[in-house]
Order: sequence, then structure tokens, then C-alpha cells
Amino acid sequence: MSSLNIRNLRKSFGAVEVLKGINIEARTGEFIALVGPSGCGKSTLLAMIAGLESVSEGEIRIGDRLVNSVAPKDRDIAMVFQSYALYPTMTVRENITFGMESRGVPKPQRDEAVKRVAALLQIEPLLKRKPGQLSGGQRQRVAMGRALVRDPKLFLFDEPLSNLDAKLRVDMRTEIKKLHHRVGKTTVYVTHDQVEAMTLASRIAVMHQGQVQQFDEPQVVYDRPANMFVAGFMGSPAMNFIPATLTTDAEGKPAVSFKATGGTAVLTLQDGISPGAAGRDVILGVRPEHIFRYSHELKASKKSIASVDAPVEMVEPTGAETIGLMRFGELEVTGRFDPDEAPRMGETITLGIDMSHACLFDPVTRNLI
Amino acid sequence: MTDATIAAVHDREAAAASRRHFVSRTIIYALLTIFAVIYLAPLLILVFNSFREQPEIAQNGLIAFPRSFQLKAWAEAWSTYCIGGTCEGMRRNFLNSLWMAVPATILSTLLGAMNGYVLSKWRFKGSEVLFTLMLLGVFMPGQIALMPWAFLLGKVGLTNSTYGLILIHVVQGISFTTLFCRNYYVSIPDDLIKAARIDGAGFWRIFRKIILPLSPPILIVTVIWQFTGIWNEYLFGVVFTSGREQPITAALVALTASGTNVRAYDVMSAAVLIGALPPLLVYFLGGKYFVRGLTQGAIK
Amino acid sequence: MSTVPMDAGRNSASGAPGPTWRERLARISPILILAPSLAASFVYIFVFTIWTLYISLSNSSLLPSYGFIGLDNYVSLWSNRRWNIAYSNLFFFSAFYIVGAMGIGLLLAILIDQRVRGEAIWRTIFLYPLAVSFIVTGTVWSWLYNPTDGIQMLVRSLGWTHFNFALASDRSTAIYAIIITGIWQSSGFAMALFLAGLRSVDQDLIKAAQIDGASTFRTYRRVILPIISPIFLAVAVVQIQFAIKTFDLVAALTRGGPGISTTFPAIYVYDLMFQRGQIGEGAAAAMMMLAALAVVLVPYALFVVWRHRRESRP
Ligand SMILES: Nc1ncnc2c1ncn2[C@@H]1O[C@H](COP(=O)(O)OP(=O)(O)OP(=O)(O)O)[C@@H](O)[C@H]1O
Ligand SMILES: [Mg+2]
Repeated sequence: MSSLNIRNLRKSFGAVEVLKGINIEARTGEFIALVGPSGCGKSTLLAMIAGLESVSEGEIRIGDRLVNSVAPKDRDIAMVFQSYALYPTMTVRENITFGMESRGVPKPQRDEAVKRVAALLQIEPLLKRKPGQLSGGQRQRVAMGRALVRDPKLFLFDEPLSNLDAKLRVDMRTEIKKLHHRVGKTTVYVTHDQVEAMTLASRIAVMHQGQVQQFDEPQVVYDRPANMFVAGFMGSPAMNFIPATLTTDAEGKPAVSFKATGGTAVLTLQDGISPGAAGRDVILGVRPEHIFRYSHELKASKKSIASVDAPVEMVEPTGAETIGLMRFGELEVTGRFDPDEAPRMGETITLGIDMSHACLFDPVTRNLI
Repeated sequence: MTDATIAAVHDREAAAASRRHFVSRTIIYALLTIFAVIYLAPLLILVFNSFREQPEIAQNGLIAFPRSFQLKAWAEAWSTYCIGGTCEGMRRNFLNSLWMAVPATILSTLLGAMNGYVLSKWRFKGSEVLFTLMLLGVFMPGQIALMPWAFLLGKVGLTNSTYGLILIHVVQGISFTTLFCRNYYVSIPDDLIKAARIDGAGFWRIFRKIILPLSPPILIVTVIWQFTGIWNEYLFGVVFTSGREQPITAALVALTASGTNVRAYDVMSAAVLIGALPPLLVYFLGGKYFVRGLTQGAIK
Repeated sequence: MSTVPMDAGRNSASGAPGPTWRERLARISPILILAPSLAASFVYIFVFTIWTLYISLSNSSLLPSYGFIGLDNYVSLWSNRRWNIAYSNLFFFSAFYIVGAMGIGLLLAILIDQRVRGEAIWRTIFLYPLAVSFIVTGTVWSWLYNPTDGIQMLVRSLGWTHFNFALASDRSTAIYAIIITGIWQSSGFAMALFLAGLRSVDQDLIKAAQIDGASTFRTYRRVILPIISPIFLAVAVVQIQFAIKTFDLVAALTRGGPGISTTFPAIYVYDLMFQRGQIGEGAAAAMMMLAALAVVLVPYALFVVWRHRRESRP
């Protein structure tokens, strides 16, 4: 059963079309992450699910009910805002119960619900305070509490963690994940932090320019991005794109060739991939973690490793790993190295490239081949 | 250079700096004091003269420390002094002004708050244009409206009546109050309204429970602005009312103009103070919030 | 921006029940709320203006009448010496009054901004005239200007027996009496706005200027004042409005005299309409006041819109 079903949804503000036919379906209990660059329409989509923006075209169903014209309060949803949107003149308790009060829930029941939620989120000591007297993290909890207390069919989150500092963000991320496990409610979660999306979601919808570019499980989105936009958006540092041409290697297997610094490099494709006739232009996509220092032992253990020589232009240690910038002809390519075998600046290094994870894109359509 | 001479140089520089500091502080406070005297003098002169005896004023002039003391002038100004034939003092006009300014202030503030709420949080197609049009009222000179008002008030039988003035001040005040409130309300995050809608609150509930509790700063500004403005208004008062129906500003002008013989400065001072007291009181009570609120949102 | 999905009902073809009357009421209440104010403002702003415009083109005298006589009233108005004096008085007064009020307001704001003690008290002292009516101010100052009882008498009684100070009773200087009084009344308002502006300047900028070795004077001139320059314009526009509409101050202070030396358009309109029964010409004079306001406000409005556009452009 699906608890959220969006079909062919469009939205225009005046002449500007912001959402251009969105299709998303969430199974009950699923955690859907909406990611995409700023301005791609994530918040608009969420506001439409919530009923805060009207639908220009298409359908939104929550449960089995068409909700296009249902008022926000009757949609059985709860939402957490990026700004938290806590009512500044009310105490934490009043903030949490305002929704029930509006719906005429009797007081004993409200108190019961507050107690439950406050215990769940460990905010009991804060109930008498006003939002102005809370820290960022505490406000975030209260905002979650306001959503949780309602026990709705659907949770909507609009970048709920983006106002927190890095450490708190990681902690809250874990808490949200735990909460979701415990509560098990269908959730739509907007973020532009792809790590958040990867760690939390059961499926990710990558949006760009008002369209869903790919809607799939996190690992699939990461390993087999549907197009170059998704490939470049997910992952940091971003995937390397190397313009190349299809050929065959010395043994006659399908390969790609491109101009490297020492001459032309020919990389054999993984067995079983035959992307087209030789001579076709493609774009080779390789994630930085699949570029490393070449060694014969590695090659022996894994057949799909190809090698290229390249001068090292820049080295950036981050502690856990070291990022290296290498020159491939006119391109710069990023690799992630174990600090123990990190290259030195100026060195010419023999790189291993794990072709089993490489992606090929069509340079014209920019889609995955 | 030895350490000692360095220290000496330092001392000398420090001394010079502190002397400069002292001189500039003195200048600052001297200037402020001079201006303060100029600003306070008229008020003090009024207060003094309202307690001085008239012969003493005539002898020593208006600007002098009191050498006599009486309360008679206040009583006379309030209830018995004669203006143009009637001898009722300012009481009646004072009450006229009160009955005009209080309802007009409350009404225009209320309307402004609701208009501002709609225009900032419930925008619809064309609402910005409507707002801009309403804004034009802020700039209208009253003289343009004189004849039309005279005609309209005559039609509905509100000439020479406080109700007529209330009507005028409410209509003319809406532009200001709407402007103030709208500008303040736009700074309230829209997410708050969205959250409340998801929480099941409607138009009125959001206004009562979310917007109004956040409004005191701007309501104080609006009330002070409207009350002092309406209380102090003269043109419409003198044009549309006469005699016993006049608001206090018009009566004051009549009073001070009427003295052909020796001017009764004592009574006039008391009368002028009576006319100035309510807005001054409002200002002293709420002035702190007024300046803050004005700069927070009203003037933009 | 929150937009109401007012058209949400259109998509309700399948399933969802139509809105109840309560929901319908809720949906239109924003417009219901606005309607009376809109209607009143519309009448006040447009109907009244057009009405007065029409009267100014009519042969109305004691009572409004609607015989169209073209621009005769305007011609007669502009051929009247008193009106010409009134109009030039307005510009003379406005210029000095605005510059004076802003200059003193700025000076006071800067003085108070020097971390003086008792800031609230100073502020209150300078701002209280704003709460007082022009009638009260004008009355008191007319006493002070009065040669037999006011400032002249005070100075003479102190020993300077030939001291002359009769600003308001001399044709050629009476307008200065009005200017001074006007400045006294409203420089506090300018001060409040300037002070708020000064306080809103990022303190780090001032610290940076100090580290750069700028003197206090230089810091104000080169760093702070340029930042708050929009406030200058806003203050000026507010003051100009005061100046053009002012009727009370002159009425209480000089009543247009001595002679006709301090006649102002506002006074003249009142005279024509209610003292002399020349409603048509009075309306023409009122329209000229509106024109004077428009001359100032239209460019200002255009400028504000332009600035807004420029700032909101990415
Ligand atoms: N009320 C509106 N009127 C006109 N355009 C709007 C309105 N609301 C949003 N837009 C436009 O729609 C587009 C999508 O906005 P939206 O807020 O959904 O982006 P987003 O993906 O949430 O971005 P961010 O990550 O910055 O929050 C933007 O280009 C925005 O300018
Ligand atoms: Mg957003």
C-alpha cells in the first residue's frame, strides 16, 4: 500500500513553471529524501503536499484519498520547518499542544500527549520556556515534538537540520533515524545535504529544475546515477568526468581511450559491458574513491583495475584521507587516498582506476549508458 | 632612550589623550545642555506661568521664576473662563477631544491591524496594488478633502458633531495604521502561519493566537501616532465644528485670539497645558516603545 | 511568501466534498475584512480628489455649483499677489525648515551617540515636542516672540535696554519666527530617526575604521553617514509633508500676519473657502498644494521603487 502518491504534479507561479511533472510514490513507513540544488522546487513540492500551495496540475494522494483541494489541517500531516516556526509568544508546551487545541482535543488528552512526546524527545525540563530561551538544538527538538504529538499519517521535513552546527547536525541525524525506526511513519524529508539523504532515506528523489532526475534507493543513486547531473550532485568530492572515446584494448576487449598527460590512455571496461561501436564519444565517470595508488598486488586481486600515469598537482590532507588533484591532459582529476599511500605534490604517480564502478554517459543526452 | 624616558613619553601622551578626552566630553555635555534648555524652556514657562499670579507676570514678564503662587488659573481655565461669549472653560472642549480621539484611535488601529494582517499574510492577486493605493492616503493634504467632507457630513447630518470628526479621522488614519501594521507583520515569518495552518488554525485563530500576541510593539506605535495626531489636529476641528462642539485645539486658538484687553497669561498657560497634557502623558508613558517600534518597522 | 490556495477548489472533481459555508466564509474573510477600508480609502483618495478638481474648474462661490469655467479659478489664483506670496513662502519655509530640522536632528543624534550618560533623558527631552500640537507650540512661541512680554522684555530687564527682538511682529522677519518654531518642534523627530540609523550601523565597521586610524569626525563623515544616507531622504520626505500641509503652526503663531507676510497656501485655502466664500478658487489652491506635494513625492516614489528593484535583482 502506498501512503503518498504524487502523479504528474505541476506548479506554476505566474508564467514560471517551477515543478514540471513530478511522480513520486512512497510506501507506508518509507523514508523519502528529496535532494537537489537550491531553487529546484523542493520546498514548493513539500508545501503542495502539505496543502500550503495550490496544485496547478496533477494529483496528490495521501493514503487513498485525493487531497488536491483538502485544507492543510485536514490532510493528516505534520511538518517540521527549516526555521522551526515555533510560535514565539507561546511556551514549549503551548507550542506542542496548539494543534490539538485548534482541533478541540480535551485537555487531559493533550497533557497525556505532551508527556509522551516530551519523554520521547527528552524535553520535559523545557516545557515552560519560550522558544527565545532555547538553544538551536532544543528548538529543533521542540519543532519535532510539535510534529510527533499529532500522530499523523505523513511527516514532512523541510531541511530541519540545516540551521544547526556540524556536530549537532550529525547527532540529530542519528536521532531522527532512530525516531523513524521507532515511530515507523511515512516521511518526506527535504535536504540539500546528500550525506543526510544517503544515511536517512530508504529512497532518494534527486530533483533538478523542477523535475525528478532519479528516484531510487540510495546505493543505486550513488552507484548508478541516472545522468550526469545526479552523478555530479551526489558525492563529495564530486565524480570525475573524463571525455573519452570507445575503442578496444590490446586483447580486443571493449575499452575507453582519452588523452592523458603521458600520451593516450586506454582503460579496459569491466567484463560484459559493451556500450556501443568503437569510435563513439562517451564521458567516463569515476568517483574519487575509485582512484588510488596502483600496485601489482591490487591488480592481481581485482581484475577490473586499469592504470594511468599522471602528475600530482595538489594534495589536501583532511585527516582520515588525503585528496589528491592529478592532471589528465587538460583535465584535473580528484582522487581519495589513504594517508599512508598519499602522493606528494609534483610526483608523477601511477594511478589505479577501478573500472567496475565506472559509469559511462552519453555526452549529448548526458544520460547513463 | 632609557626605560624611564619611554615611560615619561608614555605618561605625557596618556595625559594629553585624557585631556583631549575631557575637553571633548565637556563640549558634548555643554551642547546637549544648551539644547535641552531650549527644548525645555517653553514647557517650563507654561508650567510656571500657570501657577503665577497675573499681575506678577505683567510686571516681570513671561520668562521669569515664579515669585507668586496660585491654583486659581487652572480652575478657571478648566471650568469658568470665557471664550467668545460662553463661560465654560476648556472642560467641554477637552471632553470633546477625548470622545473624538479615543474611539477614532481604537477604530483606526483595529482596522489597520486587520488590514495589515490580510495584506501581509493572506495576499491575493492584486493585493499589493491595493496596498499601494491605500498608501496614497498618507500623502493626501487635508485641504483637498475639505469641500467633499463638508458636503458628505452635511448629507449625513454630522456637521458640527464629534461623530463627524471621528469618521474623518478614522478614514484618514487607515492609511497610516495599515502601513505601520503591514510593514511590521511582513517581518513575522510566513512559516509561522504555515505551521499554524497545518495545526488546524484558521484565519481568525491565527490572528488572535499568533499575530496579536506579537503585535504590542506596533500597536503601541500606532496608538501613540493616532492619538497624538488626532488630539492635536486643528484644521478639521475648526472647519467642521464651532463653539461648544469644538475640539480643544480649536478652542485654544479661539481663547488665545480673543484677548483684546490685557492677556490673561496665567489662565491661558493653564489652558494650553490642559490641551497638551493627554498627548504628553501618552508620550511619556509609551515614548520608549514608540521610538523603538517606529524604527523597527513603521518607517521603512 | 504565503499565498492562499484560493483556487484549490477547482481540482476537487473527484471525491472530496465541496467546501462547507464555514470554509467558504473563511476563504473570503480576508477580502471581507479589507473591503470597508478599501472602499473608504478609495472614496477619500480618488473621489475626493476628483471632486475637488472638478470644483476647482467650476464657478462655485459660496456653495458648490457645477458650472464649468475651465481654468479661470487657476488664472485668478495665480494673478493674486497674496497667493504668490503664499506659494513662495512655502518654498522658502520648507527649505530652511527641512535643512534646519535635519541639521539639528543629526547633530543631536551624533551627540547622543557618543555614549553619553542618561541617554534616555536627553532623548525624551528632545523628542517631547513631537507629542505637542502645533497649536500649543505656536501659542507659546508667539508669546516668546511678543516684544512686550517675551524674550525682548527678558533681555531688556537684564540690563540691555535697547535690545530688540520682535521677529514675529516684523513683516520681513516673521517667516523666520515660523521657521525657528517649526525646527524646534520637529528636529527631535529627525534626531530619533537618525539615532536609530546610527545604532543600526554594524559596530565592526566602526571598529575597523578606528583600527584604520580614522578620527571620530572622519569615521562619521566617511563611514557612518554614507551608510545611513537612505534615512536622510526618508526624514526629508516626512518633513516636506509637514511643511506643505502645515496650517496649524501658522494659524497659532502669526495667523498669516503681520499683514499678509506669512500667508501660506494652507492658510489661503482655508480663507478662500470658509472666510471669503470663494470655494472654486479655494479648490484650485488646494489642487496646487497637491501639485507641490506631487512634485516632491512622485520622484521620491520612483526612486524608492527603482532602489527596491535594484536591490532585489540577484
Ligand atoms: N510564491 C512564489 N512566487 C514565485 N516564485 C516562487 C514562489 N515560491 C517559490 N518560487 C520559486 O520557485 C522555485 C523553487 O523554490 P523552492 O523554495 O521550492 O526551492 P527549494 O528547492 O526549496 O530551494 P532551497 O534549497 O533554497 O530551499 C524558486 O526558483 C523560487 O524562486
Ligand atoms: Mg527550500
